[in-house]
Amino acid sequence: MGDYIVLIISCIFVNNILLAQFLGNCPFFGTSKKMETAVGMAMAVVFVLVMAGMITWMTEAYILKPYNLGYLRTISFILVIASLVQFVEMFLRKSIPGLYAGLGIFLPLITTNCAVMGVCLINIKEEYSFMQALVASFAYAVGFGVALILFAGVREKILLARVPKPLQDTSIALVTAGILSLTFFAFKGMV
Amino acid sequence: MIEAVLVMFGIGAASSLVLSIASKVFYVYEDPRIAEVEDCLAGANCGGCGYAGCAAAAVAVVEGNAPVNVCIVSDAEGVARVAEVMGMNAGTAEPLLSQNECRGGNRAKNKYLYSGINSCKALSSLFGGKRECGKGCLGFGDCVRACTFDAIEIGKDGYPVVDDEKCVGCGACEKACPKDILSIKTMSQRLFDFNQTNNALAPCRQECPAQIDIPKYISQISTGDYKGAVDTIRLRNPLLLSCGRVCPHPCEDLCRRGIADDPVSINQLKRFVADYEMNSGIRFPISCAPSTGKKVAVVGGGPAGLSCAYFLRRVGYDVTIFEAMPQLGGIIRYGIPEYRLPKKVLDWEIEGILNLGITFYTNTRLGRDFTMDSLVAAGYEAIFLGIGAWEDYNLGIEGEDLTGCYKGIDFLSKIAMGKSVQIPKKAAVVGGGNSAIDCVRTLLRLGVPDVYIVYRRTRKEMPANEVEIVASEHEGVKFVFLAAPEAVIGDEDGNVTHLEYKKMELGEPDDSGRRRPVPIEGSETRLEVDMLITAIGQRPDVSFKKDGRRLDDLEITRWNTIGNDPETLQTTVPYIFTGGDSATGASLVVDAISGGRRAARSIDQYLSGENVASAPEALLKDEYIKDSIFKTVCGIQKKPRVEMPELPVKARIKTMDEVDLVINEKDALNEADRCLSCCISCYNKDKV
Repeated sequence: MGDYIVLIISCIFVNNILLAQFLGNCPFFGTSKKMETAVGMAMAVVFVLVMAGMITWMTEAYILKPYNLGYLRTISFILVIASLVQFVEMFLRKSIPGLYAGLGIFLPLITTNCAVMGVCLINIKEEYSFMQALVASFAYAVGFGVALILFAGVREKILLARVPKPLQDTSIALVTAGILSLTFFAFKGMV
Repeated sequence: MIEAVLVMFGIGAASSLVLSIASKVFYVYEDPRIAEVEDCLAGANCGGCGYAGCAAAAVAVVEGNAPVNVCIVSDAEGVARVAEVMGMNAGTAEPLLSQNECRGGNRAKNKYLYSGINSCKALSSLFGGKRECGKGCLGFGDCVRACTFDAIEIGKDGYPVVDDEKCVGCGACEKACPKDILSIKTMSQRLFDFNQTNNALAPCRQECPAQIDIPKYISQISTGDYKGAVDTIRLRNPLLLSCGRVCPHPCEDLCRRGIADDPVSINQLKRFVADYEMNSGIRFPISCAPSTGKKVAVVGGGPAGLSCAYFLRRVGYDVTIFEAMPQLGGIIRYGIPEYRLPKKVLDWEIEGILNLGITFYTNTRLGRDFTMDSLVAAGYEAIFLGIGAWEDYNLGIEGEDLTGCYKGIDFLSKIAMGKSVQIPKKAAVVGGGNSAIDCVRTLLRLGVPDVYIVYRRTRKEMPANEVEIVASEHEGVKFVFLAAPEAVIGDEDGNVTHLEYKKMELGEPDDSGRRRPVPIEGSETRLEVDMLITAIGQRPDVSFKKDGRRLDDLEITRWNTIGNDPETLQTTVPYIFTGGDSATGASLVVDAISGGRRAARSIDQYLSGENVASAPEALLKDEYIKDSIFKTVCGIQKKPRVEMPELPVKARIKTMDEVDLVINEKDALNEADRCLSCCISCYNKDKV
């Protein structure tokens, strides 16, 4: 149990996928303009990452490993994750329209973005068990959400501030992300 | 190698099989335009438009929540392709136009000397600007530099002036302005804007039922921009020629100058610019949004119906007016006599509204020539009932049906239609409202030597406009006050010979604050008359309700008016809206115009699938913004108010010629200069 808590903390804070590993920066900047969008995106990431973490672990364990096809990992993961997300999207749209309305539009956006792919590959590299992979995927996604929502909050405040013209919009966002990333470095060495 | 190929092939085949089955099983209908629009977008999923990816933006475009130029990456060609999918030309979508809210310019004093760079942004970062006014334009022209279409310039008064012809509504100026005084709005946003409790509104603007931006048009008149003033009035009131003549101008009662001096003659100024347009011979263009293709029926071509049709047409609906009388205009044609509102003027005004592309049928009465069912069957998606209040109240006394007895509106519309009436020697009109005064003044002009007004209370309680009462006194009308009709007496041929009334005295004030008249016993008096007109008020004729099951749910109030939600004007039948006299009972023309606009806004909401609701924080009738109505205003130097020119009594009582004349340009400019421009930050101290 203790191991899992350490794993969760390490994934959310210490090795935060956005601010410590710098993966998934496109949605980080693209969807952080509004808090509402950021929350939707964070939820979608949690959903997709958990699904992707499970399916890729199974692909690795039951297909790639037995046949010794490690070199096909990236391409087969892309294929599997993309198909899975498409499937889930269709399923949600038909069966759970409420959930689809909340997450649906974000799902195809992040199917195979680097954060999702990165987490799946990390799971394999660290040789996690299925349970560990599941928990790690979930925790990484939560870390993504925490960073994204924090960042969206900061950007909404920045909208009200007087920013010099050359620094407006994406420039100031990059600077802010850098500072936010530095604050997350404080967690280094905690685990 | 073989293994790798087989595995990849296997995974691929399995995924595609699962997906193709899933796409059948989980198929959900989607507007095919969404996919088409998405194809036209850049596909970068950059989020720059504010939506989560191109798919979300495409959905927003198809649902009408986003404009066709939503994509910040795509060029003009891409926008045109999206517009084509959506079935409109990019150029004809309801245009967004930039609008400047500041009219102060350089007038506010300077707080400090500024010698930094000439940019509004830089200046505003120093305590919000150098001027004492914290809200207004800084005047360095960041907006001018931001505009790539050369549509803005800093005018001579030091604030930006937008050229509507060149403006494409891109919003660059709005973003560049650090003071938020430039705003990008569509036609419907401008036309359907309601006064709100959190706006800075001059008292006259709060009181005007039509919510006209009075200080703005007066300031436009004072700068000689008569076309601009007409446009400003037309954003709220399409019947400016008529209102300029007959409106009792409640706005002037609240004018702040009026607290210490005579109020500004607001209505004279409105009439001045309205007449200026008519006399110039050229109609100022009225802009309309492109057609939405939806049809709305307006039943009743009076002020409320015309106003509703006008606003709906301007925001792009196809409107048809159905009018029961031979000509459009309603009560302002048939109830207001020629000498107050010449038919020629009214015709010109109505023609201008119809020129926008409104079709109409006259001599077509609801319940007789068509029914609600036939309107719905003809494809009208919403219906506005503006049938007015045409049924006169009875006195409820004996002998009312004798020959020579008339009802107020009945009599006035007979005269208006040019029908002949037996000219009496002595006539009496019962009532104290504007209709009664209209009747007596009309009788005088017909050549009746003795005309009486018989009223229950005294002159002070008469609900008619003061100017009308004064004019009728000048013209020689005899007033019989404190008299309650008891019976109409006729001769053996059934002709009226006398009106018998009881004398009254004033008792305690009643609910309306007027002192209630109490009869004096045994005071019956007879007045010799050979014509009697009853003008004691009107109510709507709701006999059409009998027809058809569609009207079963329509609520009729106990005052015989059509029931509606007072804010949205929607009736108990969702697609039927009503306003004007048919909803309020007999009231002012300007109230009916306001009702038409309010209903048009609700119909627009209803037909675009939005929730039909009033604006949040909307300022309702008889409500004022807290602390905005002053008791005193100090420092005002009195300047005389312009006198209304009118025909001399001797000349006017022989004919139906218009009595009140328009003021000249010099007087208009002087009068416009008396306006204090209340409730804008650069309150005009120079003119106090």
